[in-house]
Formats: sequence, structure tokens, C-alpha cells
Amino acid sequence: MRLFGKQIQLQDKRRIDERTKVEKVSTLAFVLLAVSFFAIPLMWLVLAPFDSDPTFRIKWPNWGLGNFSEMAENPYAYRSLMNSAIFSAGSGLAVILVGAPASYVLSRIKFAGRDAFLYILLLFSSIVTGSAAMVPLFLLSLRLNLIDTYQGVVLVLTGGLIPAAIFILKDFTDSIPKSYEESAQIFGASSFRILKDVVTPIIRPGLAVIFVWSFVQAWGNFLAPFILIRDINKQPAAVMMYSFYNDGGQAVFRTVAAFSLIYTIPVLAMYFYVNKKYGFRFYGGIKG
Amino acid sequence: MKSKTMKGSRAARPGNSVLGKGAATAFLSPSLIFIGIFLLIPAFWTLYLGLTDYKLVGIEALNPSFVGIDNFTKALNDPQFLSSLKLTIIYVLGSAIFGQALLGFILAWVLNELSPRIRNIVELIVIFAWIVPGSVVAFLWFAFFNNEEGTLNAILGVNIDWLLDYPMLSIIIFNIWRGTAFSMLLFSAAIASIPKSHIEVARVAGASKMQQLRNIVLPSARSYILTNLLLITLWTFNDFGPYLLTGGGPGGETQILPIFIYDSALRYLDFGYGSAIAAIMLFLNLVISLIVLRMSRKGKK
Repeated sequence: MRLFGKQIQLQDKRRIDERTKVEKVSTLAFVLLAVSFFAIPLMWLVLAPFDSDPTFRIKWPNWGLGNFSEMAENPYAYRSLMNSAIFSAGSGLAVILVGAPASYVLSRIKFAGRDAFLYILLLFSSIVTGSAAMVPLFLLSLRLNLIDTYQGVVLVLTGGLIPAAIFILKDFTDSIPKSYEESAQIFGASSFRILKDVVTPIIRPGLAVIFVWSFVQAWGNFLAPFILIRDINKQPAAVMMYSFYNDGGQAVFRTVAAFSLIYTIPVLAMYFYVNKKYGFRFYGGIKG
Repeated sequence: MKSKTMKGSRAARPGNSVLGKGAATAFLSPSLIFIGIFLLIPAFWTLYLGLTDYKLVGIEALNPSFVGIDNFTKALNDPQFLSSLKLTIIYVLGSAIFGQALLGFILAWVLNELSPRIRNIVELIVIFAWIVPGSVVAFLWFAFFNNEEGTLNAILGVNIDWLLDYPMLSIIIFNIWRGTAFSMLLFSAAIASIPKSHIEVARVAGASKMQQLRNIVLPSARSYILTNLLLITLWTFNDFGPYLLTGGGPGGETQILPIFIYDSALRYLDFGYGSAIAAIMLFLNLVISLIVLRMSRKGKK
């Protein structure tokens, strides 16, 4: 009897072993397939910039840095990256300046109607997207003479980013105990000093994350400058990507390849920075 | 907790806010102004414009008149709009629900079992695809799909003009590639939040991977899954990204709603009609958002 039982156990074990083997192989196959799907298109971005004769094809390059010097000679390429920097830094700063004070109040003061306000803000910010509101945003900029201006794009981008920034910063501030401010109050510190010397240092990581997040959102945004900027000298990199064509309508590969990489590097660098410093896995979590 | 600050006792009462009423108002108002100008006004302006025949050129440009729901009835009888709506639904179902969410879930589930080293590498590649700027991603896929020199045809050994012959499939694959990272990260967090002991008990009791998935993981991650589905539905529904790859073409075959709005309002300058379509979009966004909010409230209770 005992022997019999053991045999059954052994059979079971073998069956389970086989099952896990099949599982392991299919898991491996799936992971390889998924990695290829995500990695192969990216290879162009890694290889083509260093290939002296890039085409659409992903191939082993004729190594060289000539593409970068060719790109550097194109005045539009450089200028558009500067424009992207202006739009992104401008939006990042504006989001902090406008959003941070509001999020502090919303976190610390329980005024009447606060929850209703937050609910409406959340609702409207998810309904009024760039795609759904492009007509009034264009007309608004037209009426306020903001077409073809840096301010116009920065204001529109800021308006779109502020609700999410307020929520993220409010959550962050909520997680900090009030006791820091309270003890400073007991010692008779003025409101200004408390905000400057107690609150700001504590919420600085939150501000940094919000700045980087806004910067990255603005850096990649295509729709706002596409609609609001006509002057090629003010176009950011996101739109300029589509202007590197020769008279025959063929892409100027050497410039496009180098430009794509240079344009991508800042967001990658910021990702690694934030990830390392704050371990913030949900970086960029709320997309435009 | 009420911030009723009396004049003399302002400094020392703990529990009182640092800010007085005036300062609090000053802190809030810039945000209120931004939200008013860039969220509320555009929403109501869209609704209003949708009821007019406002155009940027022609007689209506000087003197737009109120046409009631004409634009909306026109839309419901416009085959181009109906086709655009259909394409949008296909795009959302294909790229968000079946694409990003399903692939993201399987990735999160499979990676959870692998060694941290492999897991980090795979995750990093998927995240890269997500954070590369949209314009660059579109060019990468434009190159990848190219008929003569494209790498996809070289791998498959075929000669297909993907963007011309399978434009919807192309933008769906493009969006799956670009957006799966979000679902993967969210589901990873969901799976990580399930106590290890639950899965362990099931495993010892002899439950197969599929049974563990069905009986333990899916029920525990249910609220994450629903939230994720609705969020990516909302984003994909409003996604202008395919414009970068196909411009809505060929012949309107990838003209999803955001591109349809752009074409009618900003390309052909028919603001009234474009706004009516945008208003329909606002309404659908409202429906999706209300469901999300209701669910997240339930989740909190």
C-alpha cells in the first residue's frame, strides 16, 4: 500500500515537472518575442545616428559622427531644440509657480467646498483634452494675439498640466505631518518664514518631480505648437522632426537620425535622474 | 480646524493654518484663473461654437449665426463622421484594451516570476518605448513600416506597404508599442500588492498557473484592472498620435476623431462643425470619466 502511494506521488511529481517545463519554455518564448517587439524598432534610434549612410533600414553602421556635425550645420535643428527647451522650462516653472501654492492650500486648509472643487477639477481635467479643446484653444490664442508666441504655447501647456500637478503635489503635501509647521508657529515664526524655511525645503522633492514631469510632457508635446506656432523659427523639436525633407520629398536621413537622438537624450537623462533619486516608478504616469 | 484667525491670537495656536484667509485666496487664485481660462471656458466655448456656423473664411466668418443642433444632425448623417467614430472605436479596442492592457498584464505576470535582473532589463526596454518623444516614435515606426527599406518587411521576408495597405493595423501596433509600459507598471504594482502567502498557499495546494491567475490574481487586481482600462480608453480615445504616422490617411482610413476635428476645424476652417464633433467627444469623455470617478470612490470606501 505504501509503495503504491509513493508511486502515485512520483507520477504526480513527474507530471508537475513536465507542466512547469512547458510553462518555462513558453514563458521564455513569450519574453523573447516581447523584447524583440519593443527593442527592434528602438535599434534605429541607437544605430542610425552613428551610421554615415543611414536609411530607413536598421543595419550595422559605418561608424562615424558626421551626422552630428551635419545636424549642427542646420540652423533650424539647433533652434528648434532651444525652442523646446524654452517651452519645457517655461511650462515647468509656470506649473510650479501656479500649482504649488494652490496644492499647499488644498492640502492644509479644509475650506467649505474644497472636496467639491477637487472633484470638479478632476472631472474637467480629464474631459477637456487637447484634442477635444483644440478649436477654442486656437481661437483663444488668436484673440489674445498669442499665435506664434512662446507665451501662448507655455500658457496653453501650463493650463493642461496644472490639474494633474495640483493633485500629485497635494498628495505629496498630505503625506507630510503638519507638526513641522505647528512647532514653527509655536516658536512664533511668521507665515512667510514658515513657508520659506520649513515648508519649501520639505516639499522640494515633490516640486522637483513635478518640474521634471511638466518638462517632459511639454518636451514631447506635438499638438499645442503644431496648432499655435506657424513661424518655423519658433517651432520646437517635436514639430521640426517633420521638416527635414529635401526638395524631392526624401527624408534627410543623416540630420533626422542625429536629431532624433539628441532630441531624445534629455528625457532619458531625466528619467534616470528621477528614478535614481526618488525611485519614482510612475514617472510620466499621467499622459497628456 | 476652522481657520478663523482672530487678530491677536494669530501666531500661536497650533492647528490653525499657517495661512490666513487672504493669503489662502491669493495662493489659490492663479490656479483658478488658469483652470477657468484653459479648462472651463474651452469646454463651454466648444459647446457654443458647435451650435453656430462659425467659419474662418467666407460670409459666416464676419457674421456667424446660431444654427441650433444643425451641426449635430449633420454629423449623425455624415458618413465621414460615422466612419471616423467607427475607426476610433476600433483604435481604442485594438490598441488600448486588447493591446496595451492585455500585453501589459501578461508582461507584468510573466516578469513577476523571472529573476530581478532579467525583469529590470525587459521593463527598461518597454519603458524606453514609452518615454521616447512621440514624434521620434512616429518616425521610428515610419521607418520600420517602410515599403522598400523597412526592417519589418526584411524580417518577415515580405513586401508590404503597411501604412498604405494596413493603415489601421499599423497605427494600432504603433500605439501598443508606445503605451504598454503604463499598463505593465500598473499591473506590476497590483501583482506586487497581493500577499505572497496567498499565491504560495495556492501553489502548495497544487493550483496551476492558470488557476492561480483566475482565482487569486484577477480578483485581487480587479479594481486596478478596471481603473487601468478606463484610463487608457480615455487617453487613446483622445490620442492625436496617429496623425504623426499617417496624417489620417490614406483617404481618411485612419481618420480617428481627434484627426477628424483637426481636419474639419483647423484645416478646412469649419469651426462650427469641428466644434460640434469636439462637443460629442467632450460628452463621451464625460461618460468615461464619471465611471472612473465613481469606481475610484467605491474603491476608497
